[in-house]
Amino acid sequence: MPRLFFGGIHPADRKELSGGSAPAPAPIPSQVVIPMRQHVGAACTPLVKVGDTVKMGQTIGDGEGLCVPVHASVSGTVVAVEPRRHASGGECMAVVIENDFQDTPARELTPHLDPAELSPEELITVIRRAGIVGMGGATFPTDVKANSGIGAVDTLLGNACECEPYITADDALLCTYPEQVLGGMAVLMDVLKPGRTVLAVEDNKTEAISVLRSKLAQYPGIELKVLPTRYPQGAEKQLIQAVTGRQVPPGKLPRDVGCAVFNAATYASVYKAVCEGEPVTRRIVTVTGEGVRKPQNWIVRIGASFESAVAASGGLTDDVWKVLSGGPMMGVAQIDLTAPVGKGTNAVLCLSRAQNGESAHPHCIRCGKCLTACPMSLQPLYLFRFGKLGDRAELERLHLSDCIECGCCAYVCPGKLPLVEQFRAGKQALKEAKKP
Amino acid sequence: MKLTVTSSPHIRGKESTGSIMGHVLLALLPALAAGTLVYGLRTLLVTAVTTAACLLSEWLFRVLTHQHNTLPDGSAAVTGVLLALTLPATVPYWAAAVGGVFAVAAVKGLCGGIGQNIFNPALAGRAFLMLLWPAAITRYAALGQALPLFGSAADAVTAATPLHHMQMPALPEVSLADLFLGRVGGSIGEASALALLIGGAWLVFRRVISPRIPLTYLGTVAVLTLVFSKGDSPVLWMLYSLLSGGVILGAVFMATDYTTSPVTPRGQLFYGAGCGALTVVFRYFGLFPEGVTYAILLMNAAVWAIDRFTAPRRFGTGKGGAA
Repeated sequence: MPRLFFGGIHPADRKELSGGSAPAPAPIPSQVVIPMRQHVGAACTPLVKVGDTVKMGQTIGDGEGLCVPVHASVSGTVVAVEPRRHASGGECMAVVIENDFQDTPARELTPHLDPAELSPEELITVIRRAGIVGMGGATFPTDVKANSGIGAVDTLLGNACECEPYITADDALLCTYPEQVLGGMAVLMDVLKPGRTVLAVEDNKTEAISVLRSKLAQYPGIELKVLPTRYPQGAEKQLIQAVTGRQVPPGKLPRDVGCAVFNAATYASVYKAVCEGEPVTRRIVTVTGEGVRKPQNWIVRIGASFESAVAASGGLTDDVWKVLSGGPMMGVAQIDLTAPVGKGTNAVLCLSRAQNGESAHPHCIRCGKCLTACPMSLQPLYLFRFGKLGDRAELERLHLSDCIECGCCAYVCPGKLPLVEQFRAGKQALKEAKKP
Repeated sequence: MKLTVTSSPHIRGKESTGSIMGHVLLALLPALAAGTLVYGLRTLLVTAVTTAACLLSEWLFRVLTHQHNTLPDGSAAVTGVLLALTLPATVPYWAAAVGGVFAVAAVKGLCGGIGQNIFNPALAGRAFLMLLWPAAITRYAALGQALPLFGSAADAVTAATPLHHMQMPALPEVSLADLFLGRVGGSIGEASALALLIGGAWLVFRRVISPRIPLTYLGTVAVLTLVFSKGDSPVLWMLYSLLSGGVILGAVFMATDYTTSPVTPRGQLFYGAGCGALTVVFRYFGLFPEGVTYAILLMNAAVWAIDRFTAPRRFGTGKGGAA
């Protein structure tokens, strides 16, 4: 089995459940809940108040610092500005809009058929105004990443690995709208002027690969790289290693090794913002799993509830076990279906009880499989042991902070230890201990 | 509708401790079969006694200490069969039982149970018997001799094992082919090198173990006995050293015990080499002809230290780290 990065696993991908069909527009809900925090960084401040009329694509929240604006995904009336359930758990300030089903456009952005008309600075401004974030789930503001990469990046990467099992949102995007992804890459090539531009896809996406191959001639300078399927190849550091052989040093960023990585859906959003003048108001969401009746990819309005997405897919089965925002390896379990779809929601995954592989009595037999599976070359079994003892000095010595929480260690653990859960708690403890 | 909310990852691999131990038991079957063919049916009864002793003491220990039942994880059964393989078929049943109880209750249970013990339970059980009743576990019946199924086999005609010859030092009278295929006196698991290697190949194939420890162990023994040969032909001396006694049983099944071996890849190489070197040292300079048991037990004690100084290189600090 070829491996281009350290460790990793090869779980059953279950992508056949939702794959194979073009994403259909999901039924548009009568009400959307737009969270003010859909990105890493500072939350937006609402710019509208109850009773205001808003148009589709209108900026309804913005802020200072590491922050990108959020937009209305329907036209209608603001009926509430209040904290609502957020898919990451807990609550977050949100603007609730009653849909008038007119989709009256706000037209805040001007379409530019030829992106070369704009300077890199202007392009970055458009990317920010469109509210674009890392749409693979990391939700880091794209304008900030692009801006910091100017002059530092020799390799621009497109991440279409979609290595998490079950999810086919990027796959569907590549098959249906390849020109959006490739067009978005061309825009960021104009911004970053890289020497090499690579779109990386895992070899289990055969249809997407042939579609891309047929389009590639129209996009000079973009190279398609087909990687052997292996999780977590789509993790930023692992993808850089797989494609370029470079390792991002601890505490450093991809730009420090001359790379910038953006997700396929992020590129598509860049294309739509620059060339079509459209901010992020919808995205492709995979609603899938053994716990939902008709798994499918949908084009969902931002702010539509998980409940509406699940209902469009035939509803939950009787033996549903967990509903996740995201994939089975790194997704966040939901307490109910009230949370809204955000910019980073690539999947609503409903697992049935048959997928429950937990043990009533987790234990470590020191098999060392966690250590060989760890893509960051950590020693999960010792991190677990010292984490349990609360030994912060040992946790630092073993570089707990390097952990990317990909879950490979816990996946392979025959004793079913709650490794990642423990590491999150350990990181929190280290952070708190550092506070003055 | 009640949704479960727990931390990621939300799916787990199919492999469990029970399935791993199942593979180990399967891998031990060829050796057990070879032992039965060579030493007779008493072999199976000895195995039944050690296994029953291990299972019973595991169960009783968990009941008495108010902990959940761990019999389904299969580790006690593996200890039982492994212990039997380290004993001669002539061993008194009571001694086999005492070894099993000591292995599971004292060596594993008192350390905190599965995954917590410092020493390999089966080998520690054998070492315990060796210390208290050496005569009971070093009486090797002559080949082809029918051992009584029930009762004592103490009056069996004993014969020297190939290792006894090598301590002279002299090459044993048995042929290399007999050593390899299984026509030789010794402990149950020492009957056939081939049977042990088949089991080891299964474990490597199923990715239960990595070949690092067995290969470095056997490789070190090979190199040392070749360089410091005591025979006229260093190559023959090396081959007899590898095939006689418990080296292969130790390298394949004992030194690869998860709990008592290093987890880091570099540490496993170091550990295997250490086991090999100590085995040769004990064989050459020790009181007993065999050195495998104490070599591995000694290396067991060093495992945490080995893991510590063979930690994998931190991501991003090695080659390719600074681009």
